[in-house]
Amino acid sequence: MKNLWHKYGPVITVVLGIVVFWYAMSFVLNSAWTTDKLSRTGGTVTFIERVADTWSQDKPKLPAPHQVIREIWNTTAMKSITSKRSLVYHAWITLSSTLLGFALGAVLGILLAIGIVHNKAMNLSVMPWVIASQTIPILAIAPMIIVVLNAIGVSGLLPKAIISMYLSFFPVVVGMVKGLRSPTQMQLDQMRTWNASKWKTFWALRWPSSMPYLFPSLKVGVAAALVGAIVAELPTGAVRGLGARLLAGSYYGQTIQIWSALLVAAALAAALVMLIGGIEKFTLKKMGMAR
Amino acid sequence: MNMYLLGALLFWIATWSLNVWLSHRKQTRFIKLLVPTIFGISVLVVWELLVRGLEVKAVLLPPPSMIANAFVHNIPTLWADFYQTFVKGALSGFFIGTGAAFLTAILIDRSPFLQRGLLPVGNFVAALPIVGMAPILVMWFGFGWQSKAAVVVIMVYFPMLVNTVQGLQAQDAMQRDLMHTYAASYPQKLLKLRLPAAAPFIFNGLKISTTLALIGAIVAEFFGSPTVGMGFRISTEVGRLSLDMVWAEIAVAAIAGSAFYGVVSLLERAATFWHPSQRG
Repeated sequence: MKNLWHKYGPVITVVLGIVVFWYAMSFVLNSAWTTDKLSRTGGTVTFIERVADTWSQDKPKLPAPHQVIREIWNTTAMKSITSKRSLVYHAWITLSSTLLGFALGAVLGILLAIGIVHNKAMNLSVMPWVIASQTIPILAIAPMIIVVLNAIGVSGLLPKAIISMYLSFFPVVVGMVKGLRSPTQMQLDQMRTWNASKWKTFWALRWPSSMPYLFPSLKVGVAAALVGAIVAELPTGAVRGLGARLLAGSYYGQTIQIWSALLVAAALAAALVMLIGGIEKFTLKKMGMAR
Repeated sequence: MNMYLLGALLFWIATWSLNVWLSHRKQTRFIKLLVPTIFGISVLVVWELLVRGLEVKAVLLPPPSMIANAFVHNIPTLWADFYQTFVKGALSGFFIGTGAAFLTAILIDRSPFLQRGLLPVGNFVAALPIVGMAPILVMWFGFGWQSKAAVVVIMVYFPMLVNTVQGLQAQDAMQRDLMHTYAASYPQKLLKLRLPAAAPFIFNGLKISTTLALIGAIVAEFFGSPTVGMGFRISTEVGRLSLDMVWAEIAVAAIAGSAFYGVVSLLERAATFWHPSQRG
C-alpha cells in the first residue's frame, strides 16, 4: 500500500490539482457571463447558484471538466460510429493518416540513418540539413502542401500523411544515427576478426544495438505525427477529422466541442505512445536488453 | 531529353562526386562547412533546372529564382509579418513561457513529492497536441499577438519545466557531499552547484522551445489574426495561389528559426563551455 502511494501518489495529487485548478478557472472565466446575464434580468444569485451556473453554461469560455466528459460520452458511445457527429469517426480519420504518415516517416528515417552511418559523404552533406530542417517551422508549410497536392489531384489521406511523415522522420533519423553508431570499437573489431561483411555487421551488431535508441525516437515521432495530421486538417476547409472539429468549433464558438476534440486527441496521443512503450518493453525483454 | 534535365543530372553527379571526394580528405572545419554548403546549393540548382525542364507550373512549385524575386520585391511586407509573428508573438511567448517554467522548477525544487508527480505529467503533456489549444486561446485573448504569445507560452512551458527539473537533479553524490562539508546553505548550493550543473539541460529545453515557439505563433494565426503576420500571409497567399510569396514567407520562417536556434546555441556554448559535449 505504501509502495503504491509512493509510486502513484504524487501523480494522482498533481492530476487532482489540475482538475481543481480547471474548475476554479472555469468559475473565474465564466462568471463574467453570469454577471452579464444578471444585469439584464436584474436578479441576484447566491454564491452557490453562481458557481452552478458557471459550470453549466452552453457556450462557456472554459467548460468545466464534467461538461467536456459528458460531451465526449454523448459523441462517442451514444452515436453510431459512422455518423458524422461521432467523435470516433473523426478520431479514426485523424488516426489513419497519423499511422500512415508515421509508418512512412519511420521507414524514411531508418533508411536515411542507415545511409548516413554507412556513407561518409552523406553524413557530411545531409546530416546538417536534417538538423536545419527542424529549425524550420514545418507546420507552416502544411496548408501549402495540402493545396498543391489537391491541385495535382492527390487528395484524401495522402497529403495529410505526408505532413505527418515530415514531422516524424526527424526524431527517428537522429535517434537511429546515434543507435547505429552505439556499438563500441571493440565490438566492431570483433566483427572484423570474424571477417564479417558490412551487411552481416549491420544485421548482427548495429541493428540490434540500435533498438534501445529506436523506440524512444518512435515515441517522439508518433506524437509529432499526430500533431501533423491535426494541423493538416485545418486548411482545406476541414470537413473531417479532429482538426476539422477544432476549426468548426472555433468558427461557431462551440467551446465544449473544441475541448472534447482536444481531450480525444490527447487520449489518442497517450494511447499511441503507450502502445509503442509496450512494444518496446516486449522487444527489449525478448532481446535480453531490458533494464 | 531536354537540356535542362541533362544539366540537372550532370550538375548533381558533379557536385555529389565532389562531395564524396571532399569527405574522404582530412576533415577540417572548413570541409565540414563546405560539404553541406555544396549539397544545399546543388539541391537549389537541381530544383531550378528540374522545374524549368519539366515545365512545372509556378502554382505548383515555383523555381528558387522566382522565390528570391518575390522575396526581394516584398521586403517591407515580409518584415511587417516577421515583426508581428516573431518579435511580438513568438519571442514574448518564449520569454514568458520558459521564464515561468524555470521559476516553477525552482519553486518545486524543495518538494521531491511534487517533482515526482510533475515529471511524468509534464512528460505526458509535452507529447500532447498542444497546438490544438490555439483556437481556444484565440477566443480568449482576441486576434492580436497576445493570443499567439499565449499559445507559445503553453507550448514551451512543459518541455522547459521537465528539462529544468531533471537538470536540477543532475549533480552526483560526491559534489553534493562536498557542498555539504562546506556547510553550504540552500541558496549557495543552488547558485554554485545545482544551477550550473543544470545548465546543459536548461539549454536543451530552451533549444526545443525555439522551434516550438515559431510553430505555435504561426499555426495560431490560422485560427484568426489581424491582416498581418506570417501565418496569415501563408494562408491567404495559398488561397490566391501565389506560391512564390508563400515560399518567400517560408524562407523568412526558416531563416528566423535557424537564427533563433543558432543564438541559443551560441549562448549555450558561452555558458556551458566546461561540459564534455561542448569540448569535442
